[in-house]
Amino acid sequence: MTHKSFSAAFAAVVALMLSAMSAQAQTVDETVNRVFADSTGWFVNFIFASIPGTSIAWIVVWLVVAATVFTIYFGFIQFRVVGHSLALVSGKYSDPNDAGEVSHFQALATALSGTVGLGNIAGVAVAVSIGGAGATFWMILAGLLGMASKFTECTLGVKYRNEYPDGRVSGGPMYYLTKGFAERGLPGGKFLAVLFSIFCVLGALGGGNMFQANQAHQQLSGVFGEYPGWITGVVFAVVVFAVIVGGIKSIARVTEKVVPFMGVLYVGTALVIILMNFDMVGAAFGQIFNGAFTGNGIVGGMIGALIQGFRRAAFSNEAGVGSAAIAHSAVRTKEPITEGFVSLLEPFIDTVVICTMTALVIIISGQLLTDPETGLYIINEAGQVTTATGATGVGLTSAAFESAFSWFPYLLVIAVVLFAFSTMLSWSYYGLKAWTYMFGEGQTQELTFKVIFCIFIVIGAAASLGPVIDFSDAAIFAMAVVNIAGLYFLMPIVKRELDSYLSRLKSGEIKRFK
Amino acid sequence: MSAKFVVGYDGSEASRRALDFAVGRVKLQGGTVVLVHVLEWSPYSFLSASELEERHKRRREELERAEKALISPVLEKIRVEGIEAESAIRYGHIAETICKIAEEMAAVQIVIGRNGHTQLGSRIFGSVAGHLAQAAPVPCTIVP
Repeated sequence: MTHKSFSAAFAAVVALMLSAMSAQAQTVDETVNRVFADSTGWFVNFIFASIPGTSIAWIVVWLVVAATVFTIYFGFIQFRVVGHSLALVSGKYSDPNDAGEVSHFQALATALSGTVGLGNIAGVAVAVSIGGAGATFWMILAGLLGMASKFTECTLGVKYRNEYPDGRVSGGPMYYLTKGFAERGLPGGKFLAVLFSIFCVLGALGGGNMFQANQAHQQLSGVFGEYPGWITGVVFAVVVFAVIVGGIKSIARVTEKVVPFMGVLYVGTALVIILMNFDMVGAAFGQIFNGAFTGNGIVGGMIGALIQGFRRAAFSNEAGVGSAAIAHSAVRTKEPITEGFVSLLEPFIDTVVICTMTALVIIISGQLLTDPETGLYIINEAGQVTTATGATGVGLTSAAFESAFSWFPYLLVIAVVLFAFSTMLSWSYYGLKAWTYMFGEGQTQELTFKVIFCIFIVIGAAASLGPVIDFSDAAIFAMAVVNIAGLYFLMPIVKRELDSYLSRLKSGEIKRFK
Repeated sequence: MSAKFVVGYDGSEASRRALDFAVGRVKLQGGTVVLVHVLEWSPYSFLSASELEERHKRRREELERAEKALISPVLEKIRVEGIEAESAIRYGHIAETICKIAEEMAAVQIVIGRNGHTQLGSRIFGSVAGHLAQAAPVPCTIVP
């Protein structure tokens, strides 16, 4: 054999091996996808079941009704106390002697880092590609109403938190459901708490993990070329494992420093694009309002837009879900209600501001294709609005930003990876709290959860978006079902706290320190 | 009421020089040495969820450690010399907190040591001495 033919044969063998490997890798992804979709289908179907005789998912009605009830019950609290909320966040009411304890600002920032992320980037894209521009209107409305839900749950989170003898503080729905129900002499608190914990673990594995890994992979492969999802998953899993099991705090610390910066950069870029196309903003809002009530040709019309808007808003700001109550409960304050005031800024920042910006950029950049004759969206066979590049999810947002700044996808890759990572870290904590509530605290129990958490990162990255997003939503909404059911029974307690605090604030009994 | 000398003390060589200076003053003219230790802290820093959970515990530990390892031994040592001394441990911005304590205690003087940063270093990180020289509510001695 000559030297030349030898190298040709060698190249052929390598090529064959590579293609075999990639075929194998493809089947890994496919198998994961099939098994996952099969095993979670019943749960998803149950959560998104329609109210008999209609096409409206009962879960959406549940969320809308709850947010509306809280809004009315607390007398439009989200519009009355914003000034006071800002004063609390800036520390004007903080006792200087409590310096060194968790401040309102820190609790809010930590809770926000768990919610601001892919829900704002990818979730919004999903909403408008299924529900059209009109979904944005319902998303904003859901954000505004959600402020009242968040207020209720975070007040309770602080009021009924556990303070351990060694000084650690932890709280969340599992604690207020048990303690609050017991205080009111109601049965079933413990049952709800355990049920919530089960769903919280699922939510942590779904929305707080798989969805993040999945969308991070989509963006990575969109920019650097297609490659199997499990590779992204394994890399993510190793890093997350190093932080939550190995206790390598430096990685977490670097992420925490960079994430707010990326958030500012993302919002800043969106603002620049919106300002550059200022003349189109009016038309974009026209599309949003018009689409909100007509649907503009999307599947399901106005109801379809509404469902998508509320679904994605709830997924993004987590109002009523109960997760934020876990993060907010460590704050140092004598008045639980103050943390409620602070927490209601969260859905506003997350949904009303950041999600709306993403939606505006997608709409302005003309990604959603309409039929020039009828003005209605062109719907593809999957029942979604056809987009200019054919992309959905994070790819759609990326394409929209790219049409203004060609370098944006590279920035977005970094942002998406970091957001995904920080959301995973937050949710690994929420999930762990629920896990240890059920199985008790201890090294073995904690390690078990953490290992499961890391395995699901790989599954999430390998599976395709459809089943992942359905399961993630279903798990997060299942948390909301339990949490909101509890909130209805506990809201009189919050009302009492609210009335007492506001009257003392008025009389000057609540002192301002700065 | 005796004249109070507020001394910024963090255990460093420079802060020890400041303490010696203040002790010398008190020996000459009478008064009280107030040892102030400030733990750098901003209410606007970012903590992870598990750090939030443990913050109260950590704070207690940090205060205890500062009290035991840093302040108490020094207090004892100067009290043995027959000098009146008290202490304060606080969280916050170092220079601002020292100013605030001096005001609260109606101190006659603030004494701090100078670390001798390079010009560039103090431009970037800010220097406690520079800040105090500009903002101190009472006369301030910077011991080289």
